[in-house]
Amino acid sequence: MPRVVFTSHLKRHLDCPTQDVAGQTLLETLESVFAENPRLRSYLLDDQSRLRQHVVIFIDDQVVQDRVKLSDAVFPASEIYVMQALSGG
Amino acid sequence: MSDQIYIGTRKGLFTLKRSDNTWKIEKVDFLGDNVNMLMHDLRDGWLYASLALGHFGVKLHRSSNQGKTWEECAVPVYPEGAVIGGGPFIEEGMPKTQPASLKEIWALEPGGPDQPDWLWAGTIPGGLFLSKDRGSTWELVESLWNREERMEWFGGGKDEPGIHSVCVDPRDSKHVTIAVSCGGVWETRDAGENWTLLGEGLRAEFMPPNLANNPNIQDAHLLAQCESDPDKMWIQHHNGIFRSIDGGKTWTEFEKVQPSAFGFAVCVHPNDGEIAWFVPGVKDECRVPVDAQLVVTKTTDGGQTFESLRSGLPQEHCYDIVFRHGFAIDSTGERLVMGTSTGGLWISENGGNDWSCITNTLPQIYCVKFGR
Repeated sequence: MPRVVFTSHLKRHLDCPTQDVAGQTLLETLESVFAENPRLRSYLLDDQSRLRQHVVIFIDDQVVQDRVKLSDAVFPASEIYVMQALSGG
Repeated sequence: MSDQIYIGTRKGLFTLKRSDNTWKIEKVDFLGDNVNMLMHDLRDGWLYASLALGHFGVKLHRSSNQGKTWEECAVPVYPEGAVIGGGPFIEEGMPKTQPASLKEIWALEPGGPDQPDWLWAGTIPGGLFLSKDRGSTWELVESLWNREERMEWFGGGKDEPGIHSVCVDPRDSKHVTIAVSCGGVWETRDAGENWTLLGEGLRAEFMPPNLANNPNIQDAHLLAQCESDPDKMWIQHHNGIFRSIDGGKTWTEFEKVQPSAFGFAVCVHPNDGEIAWFVPGVKDECRVPVDAQLVVTKTTDGGQTFESLRSGLPQEHCYDIVFRHGFAIDSTGERLVMGTSTGGLWISENGGNDWSCITNTLPQIYCVKFGR
């Protein structure tokens, strides 16, 4: 299953350990994460369910392209890094 | 020692003078305006102040008489059609580039003594400019601007990338090293004709592990060069303190600095590249002094050890942060000044061992510079 790793920034605000979760797209993968950690949703997505402006996600070292529908493909061996964009600091 | 200090703040330019062992604010210029960058040119005594006006854009003023009178001069202008990369945060369907337009002059440094009228300006969004006539005209350094790597630069703190450090080698004025948030460390050895990306050993904690050592995405908060030993350089980086002894080619990280390796500013002793000072905050995501105690950390052995200097600094409920250009050292290496995010100003006369508060009530301080 894809592995999701979170920036330490988020860990200041809520518990979000590294997780192996199901999903074939970024949206499916994040929904799997949110199912177990519903508070996390509003930290990563805005009120229109788009990726927040100053959050950046890498799938296998590639920056996510679809920040609106989160349709980027995820593979069983994928590593997903949820990071803060420094522009937000 | 230098008995004059210029302070660029959110609400004006303040000039401090020392007489009878006392520092006093002698005058205020541009009151109410955002003075985010200053330069006092030791070659001819001219003073430059860059203003980032909220409504009316970036302005540059110069004075040939230490601020008695000011003249507005030119600012860098990006060529028509110039663009910056969108960085990693572009939404699908949006343009991959954005028009380049001057947001701030983020670095202002004189050329060498053999280049009497030259000024270098680092800007947001990521352009390096050169003036050969004391700011009357500016030219974009296109050899750097046209590097394809530049399109990968992205903003750190600011929304767009910016050049905040320009170090002109005292041995050779054509050798210039710059640092970019976020775009790494670059050098030219021919006054800007060609550029090389440096930075082996720099590490970006804010990227996935496989990308962390990419030199083109590093977020040096400030690059400082030892005047007498220019191959010795220090970086206060977004996630640590780094040192180079080979002119920025390779870097060593010091991870166990107490109370913290996070900060924005760094000063290096002009006569001893082993000695450097930093002003730490807790960490990236908590930008306040550790335990609300303001300290300056100092190494005298090239980073092997660091000591925390506290004498004269507030040790309870202090939330001041020193921004990247808010820390300066004079030519003796004994006098240091730091200005903070909440308008505090401290001076040390003995290499940071003891500090005196000059005022706690200035506007937010962006930039401090010693005069002659």
